[in-house]
Amino acid sequence: MLRVVTGFIDELRHSGVPVSMVETLDAMRALETIGLTDREELRETLRATLVKNLRHERAFDTAFDVYFSTLPRQEEHDDVGEQFAGSGGGGPGSGGGDADLEDLVAALLDSLAGLDDEALRRAVGEAVSRLAGMEPGRPVGGTYYLYRTMRRLDMERLEELLMQAMLGEHEVTEFERRLVTEEVAARLETLRAEIEEEIRRRLVADRGREAVARTLRRPLVEDVDLMHATASDLAEMEAAIGPLTRKLAARLARRRRRRSGRLDFRRTVRRSLATGGVPADPQFRHPRPHRPEVWLLCDVSGSMATFSRFTLQFTHAMSTHFSKLRSFAFVDTIDEVTDFFGPGIDFGSAVARITTEAEVVWLDGHSDYGNSLETFLSRYGRQITPRTTLIVTGDARNNYRPPRDGVLADIAKAARAVIWLNPEPHAYWDTGDSTMSHYARHCTSVHEVRTLRQLERFVEELTLPTARGSGNR
Amino acid sequence: MSLDSPQEVAGALRAASYLPDARIAQVVFLAARLDKPVLVEGPAGVGKTELAKAMAAVTERRLIRLQCYEGLDEAKALYEWNYKKQLLRIQADADHDWDTISHDIFSEDFLLTRPLLEAIRSTDPVVLLIDEVDRVEVETEALLLEVLSDFQVSIPELGTMTAVTRPMVFLTSNNTRELSEALKRRCLFLHIDYPDPARETEILKARVPGLSDHLADQVARVARSIRSLDLKKAPSVSETIDWARTLIALSVEEVDEEVLGDTFHVLLKYQVDIERAAKELTSNPAR
Ligand SMILES: Nc1ncnc2c1ncn2[C@@H]1O[C@H](COP(=O)(O)OP(=O)(O)OP(=O)(O)O)[C@@H](O)[C@H]1O
Ligand SMILES: [Mg+2]
Repeated sequence: MLRVVTGFIDELRHSGVPVSMVETLDAMRALETIGLTDREELRETLRATLVKNLRHERAFDTAFDVYFSTLPRQEEHDDVGEQFAGSGGGGPGSGGGDADLEDLVAALLDSLAGLDDEALRRAVGEAVSRLAGMEPGRPVGGTYYLYRTMRRLDMERLEELLMQAMLGEHEVTEFERRLVTEEVAARLETLRAEIEEEIRRRLVADRGREAVARTLRRPLVEDVDLMHATASDLAEMEAAIGPLTRKLAARLARRRRRRSGRLDFRRTVRRSLATGGVPADPQFRHPRPHRPEVWLLCDVSGSMATFSRFTLQFTHAMSTHFSKLRSFAFVDTIDEVTDFFGPGIDFGSAVARITTEAEVVWLDGHSDYGNSLETFLSRYGRQITPRTTLIVTGDARNNYRPPRDGVLADIAKAARAVIWLNPEPHAYWDTGDSTMSHYARHCTSVHEVRTLRQLERFVEELTLPTARGSGNR
Repeated sequence: MSLDSPQEVAGALRAASYLPDARIAQVVFLAARLDKPVLVEGPAGVGKTELAKAMAAVTERRLIRLQCYEGLDEAKALYEWNYKKQLLRIQADADHDWDTISHDIFSEDFLLTRPLLEAIRSTDPVVLLIDEVDRVEVETEALLLEVLSDFQVSIPELGTMTAVTRPMVFLTSNNTRELSEALKRRCLFLHIDYPDPARETEILKARVPGLSDHLADQVARVARSIRSLDLKKAPSVSETIDWARTLIALSVEEVDEEVLGDTFHVLLKYQVDIERAAKELTSNPAR
C-alpha cells in the first residue's frame, strides 16, 4: 500500500501539482488514522493533505482513480479479477443482440431513476464489457472507449427515456420541465463518470498504474497555452479568473504605502510610550483606496481567436468587479463593447454581439493596430484621464502595416499607465510582422502572458504609478 | 462526545444541526486526530463559518473568533497595550523614574488580549475560528502563520506564552486572494461547494421547522437551477433558507413560476440577477 501511495504522490508531482515534503509526511501520518478499506475515505484523506488548490483537484482525481481504482468502495465487494473476462468474446462491434442491449438500457434506466448506485455500477460494468470493445495492450487513455460506450448506449435516447420516466404522465409547466431536465442531466453525468471510472479500472488492470497515469496526464490548467486552449480548458480557466480579477481589482485600487495619510493620533501616542512619551515615531492612517478606471483593449482578430476568447472571459469577469471598466475590441478598427458585458449578461451572448454588432472590421479583417489605435485616439482620446489605466491584449502582429506607434505615445501621455499583455512567447516578438517593440517603448510595462500562470504572476507583481494629479498631496 | 471515526464526526455534527457530506466529516476527523488547522474554502454562504461553530458545539469548547478584514494588524489580532491606561499611570506617577514606570505599565494589567492570544492563553480547550483570512494583508498572514506553527506568542515585555491546550483551528476563505503556500502547507485543505440538492434538502429541513419534504426538495432544486446561471451573486445556503422561510410565511405548498417570480428578491440580491433568472426560469420577465 505504501508503495502505491508513494507512486501516487510521484504521479501528482509529474502532473505539476506541487506537493511538499511536509505534505507527504502529513499524508502518511493521516493514513495511519484511517482504515484503508474505504476508497472515498482514502481519497478525501489524501486530498486534504496533498492538494491545497481547487484547480489541482482534477489532476488529483484522475491520478487517484488510476492508482486506487482496484480498492473497493464503501461496502462494495465486487470481484475486480474478471476485468476482461466478461467482454463476451465478440470482437469490437459485437455487444450482444438488440434485445440484450434493450435489457441493459432498461437496467441502467432503473438504477438511474431509482438512484440505486449499486445497481448502476453493475449495469455499467456490463455495459463496458459489452459495448466498449476494449482491446488489451493498447496504449490509450480510455476516452475513445468512453465515447464508444456512450454512443452505443445512445445517450440522447437515454436522456429522453429518463425524462419520460421522471416526468410521468401528467402535464408539466416549462418551469417544472426545466427542473427535471437538470436532474436528468445530473444523473447522466453520474453515469458518464461511472463509465469512465470502470474503463480506467480495466485499463489499469491491463497496463498497470504508471502507464495509464502517464497517458492521462494533462498540463494543469494554469500551464495550458492560451493560444491553443480547448473549450474545456477555457471552461476550467473561468473558475480561476474570478479570484484573479478580484485580485487585479484590488491591485489597481491600491496605492503604495507612503506617509501621505492623515496622522493617526492614537497609534502615535501608543508608540510614544516606548520612547517615554515622546512622539518620536508618528503613525499615519493609510489613505483610502481609490476607484481605478480601467480600459481594456482586446485584439479579437483571427490570429488571436482562442486567446481573445480568453481575454473576453477576463473582460467579462473584470466587468463585475469594476464599475468603471470600459472595454474595446479591435481588428483593423476599434469599437467600444462595454455594454455587451456586465453582470447578468451571459458570456455567450456578449461574444455573439461582438461578432455581429461591434464594428471591429473596417477594411479586410486583418489586424491593423495602427488604424485601431488612431481610431481609438480620435474617438475616445479626450475621455482618457490621468486616472485611466489601459490594458492592451494582443500579439502586435500588424500584417506589415505601419505601426503608427506615435499614436500610442499620445495615448500613454494622457493616461495613468498603459500595460500590454502579449500571448506570444517573448522570443517571437518582433519576428515576422510582430511590431511589439515599437509599442513597448510607450508602455508602462509589457508582459508575456501565454498561460494563466503568467497572468497570475502579472497580477501578483503589478505595481502602478500613482494616479497622476491625485498623487502626492 | 467521541469522534473516533468520520462517521461519528458526521453523526455529531448532524446532531448539532450541521449537515456535513463525507468529505467534510473526513477532514474534520483528520483535523482532530492530527491536531492540524483546517483551511476551509468555498463560495459565500456554504457553511464554512457554521462548521467551526458546530464543532465548538460538538466538542463543547468555547469558540474564539478572529474576524479578518483588510487592515487587521497585530494589535487587533494578537494583543495591544492599553495606552490610555498607561498614559494615566505615567501622569499619576510623574515623580517615579522611567525604569520603574515602564516596568509597571508593561505588565499584565495593561495588556489587552485579542483573539489569538486569548486562544493561546485559554486553559480550557477552545475552537479558534480565523474567519475570512483572505481579507488580511500578507504581513498579517505571516503573523497568523507564526502563531499556528507553534502556538506560542512572545511579548517582548512579558516573555513567551505557550498554549496549554491546543486549540482546534478553522480558517475560512472565500478565495478572493491566493493564500501563501506556507500557510496552506500548515493546514488541511477543505473545499466546500454548494450542497447537492439531496444535502441541501436535509439542511433546509434541519434549519426550517415546518418545511415539508416536498417543498424542501423543490427549493433545493430551484436553488441548483439558479446557481447554474451566470450571476453576479449566486444564492447561498442562507438565502435558500430565507426563501424557504418566506414560502412558509406565505403558506406556499408548491413552488410554481408565479411564486418564484414574486419571491426572487429573497434569493437574489441584484436586480440584474433577478432579471436574468426571471428570463430563464419563468415565462414572464421580472417586474
Ligand atoms: N451543512 C450545513 N448544515 C446546516 N446549515 C448550514 C450548512 N451549510 C450552511 N448552512 C446554513 O447556511 C448559513 C450560512 O453559512 P455560513 O455563515 O457558515 O456561510 P459561510 O460559508 O461562512 O459564508 P461566508 O463566506 O459568506 O462567510 C448558516 O447560518 C446555516 O444556517
Ligand atoms: Mg463565513
